[in-house]
Amino acid sequence: MTKTPLQFRHNGRDVAIFVDGGTNLLVALRELIGDMTPKFGCGQGGCGTCSVLVDGELHLSCLTLAETVAGRSVETLDGMKQGPNLHPLQRAFADSFAAQCGYCTPGMLMAAKALLDRNPSPSRADVIEAISGNICRCTGYEPIINAILAAAGGRASA
Amino acid sequence: MAVTVKTFTNASEAAGALSSDRSARYLGGGTLVMRALNEGDVSISTIVRAQDQALTRIDASGPRITLGAGVTFARVLAERDLAFLHAPARSIGGPAVRNMGTVGGNLFAPNPYGDFTVALLALDATIAVQGGFGSRDIPIEEFLQGRERQAGTLVLSVSCTRPASSEAFRYRKIARIKPKGGSVITLAAHLPVSGGRIAGARIALGSMAPTQIRARAAERALEGRSLDAATIAAAASAATEGTSPSDNALGSAWYRREIVGVHLRRLLSGQE
Ligand SMILES: Cc1cc2nc3c(=O)[nH]c(=O)nc-3n(C[C@H](O)[C@H](O)[C@H](O)COP(=O)(O)OP(=O)(O)OC[C@H]3O[C@@H](n4cnc5c(N)ncnc54)[C@H](O)[C@@H]3O)c2cc1C
Ligand code: FES
Ligand code: FES
Repeated sequence: MTKTPLQFRHNGRDVAIFVDGGTNLLVALRELIGDMTPKFGCGQGGCGTCSVLVDGELHLSCLTLAETVAGRSVETLDGMKQGPNLHPLQRAFADSFAAQCGYCTPGMLMAAKALLDRNPSPSRADVIEAISGNICRCTGYEPIINAILAAAGGRASA
Repeated sequence: MAVTVKTFTNASEAAGALSSDRSARYLGGGTLVMRALNEGDVSISTIVRAQDQALTRIDASGPRITLGAGVTFARVLAERDLAFLHAPARSIGGPAVRNMGTVGGNLFAPNPYGDFTVALLALDATIAVQGGFGSRDIPIEEFLQGRERQAGTLVLSVSCTRPASSEAFRYRKIARIKPKGGSVITLAAHLPVSGGRIAGARIALGSMAPTQIRARAAERALEGRSLDAATIAAAASAATEGTSPSDNALGSAWYRREIVGVHLRRLLSGQE
């Protein structure tokens, strides 16, 4: 099987890899680039823990054919912290106990970032909608919603 | 298992590659194709992609609108001139699925999916397809009835006439999980009014048969009448005629038959 060369921007850095036909972006990121922040939960689009931003838009990396990001910009949780400082969303998740086992957290943070990048002061309903494709099985959604609202500095307005 | 990915810059080349290879699958947004690959579906050995700008074009300025097959639901939602399609677009998936999933892929999505297509069926949309022998337009109902046979044809775009008012087109998806969840049933109604009477009623149902179907008996109950309580009751009681729902994890066939008339009545009477 021939491999296909693939270049894209990964958290602001140019990367070049060779992928097998049919490889999804999650596998490419984890196994070929070594970025372990997007997680594998289901491989079916159902859980959201593999969420990344492609050109600023929230995408599920497990359902993204790797080749489709050629020349585009991919952001993962690995690129979120600013130098030694946590991103305000990460800080808020830690402060608000919004991560218990943490398995959903990478996807939750990327979904939250996609929201705040477009809408810096979302309502509670906006936050619920924004993370509706992300499943959390242990923390529960309330602390996560509150953390996102806290990071936005927004007040809950239902 | 590795597959061969063929990327074309123009739609007719992609259509040629699709029609000449039975095991080739076109990749739209990939939300269903990649899922199949991740599950190890060995029936797919070739993935065909087209990066033709014609496939992602939106023409929403006039009375007749056209959406390229590769237009995503997020783009439909960003288009103010497509307000009548916002409810069906918003009812699909979570935000990531709306950023990825396409109008063209939705035409092929099996139950419990295919919600946008329910809206298109009620709007009497036309599907432009390109096969090995050139392109042609197919009425959506005919397209859906022959969907199994459409493998190997590339959908280029869908088009429909803009409803006369927001009252004239209504959509309702019943899901157990909110705001995101698979459809128990999905309903759309197009109710053009002429001289106070309904002329050309279209009622489309999702998850009430193997593909999206029109509720013809309900349409007949509405035709030529004004939308009063008696007419709505007659349409609602005719809603199950010709349907053949199945059981799945979201609901039983029995339950679907029980609720379809209730939700059609609510949709027609403008209730939440
Ligand atoms: C978590 C999750 C939630 C979902 N929720 C919903 C929902 O609420 N409602 C709903 O309706 N759907 C839902 N879906 C299903 C799916 O995302 C949508 O139906 C979407 O519209 C499929 O489009 P796509 O472009 O991603 O399809 P793809 O996966 O790219 O393709 C699907 C099928 O259509 C064919 N195809 C695609 N484009 C063309 C074309 N132009 N010409 C010919 N064939 C083509 C493909 O070959 C394939 O067989 C969901 C999916 C996931 C993973
Ligand atoms: S791993 Fe991608 S959505 Fe679950
Ligand atoms: S913190 Fe464990 S799944 Fe969300």
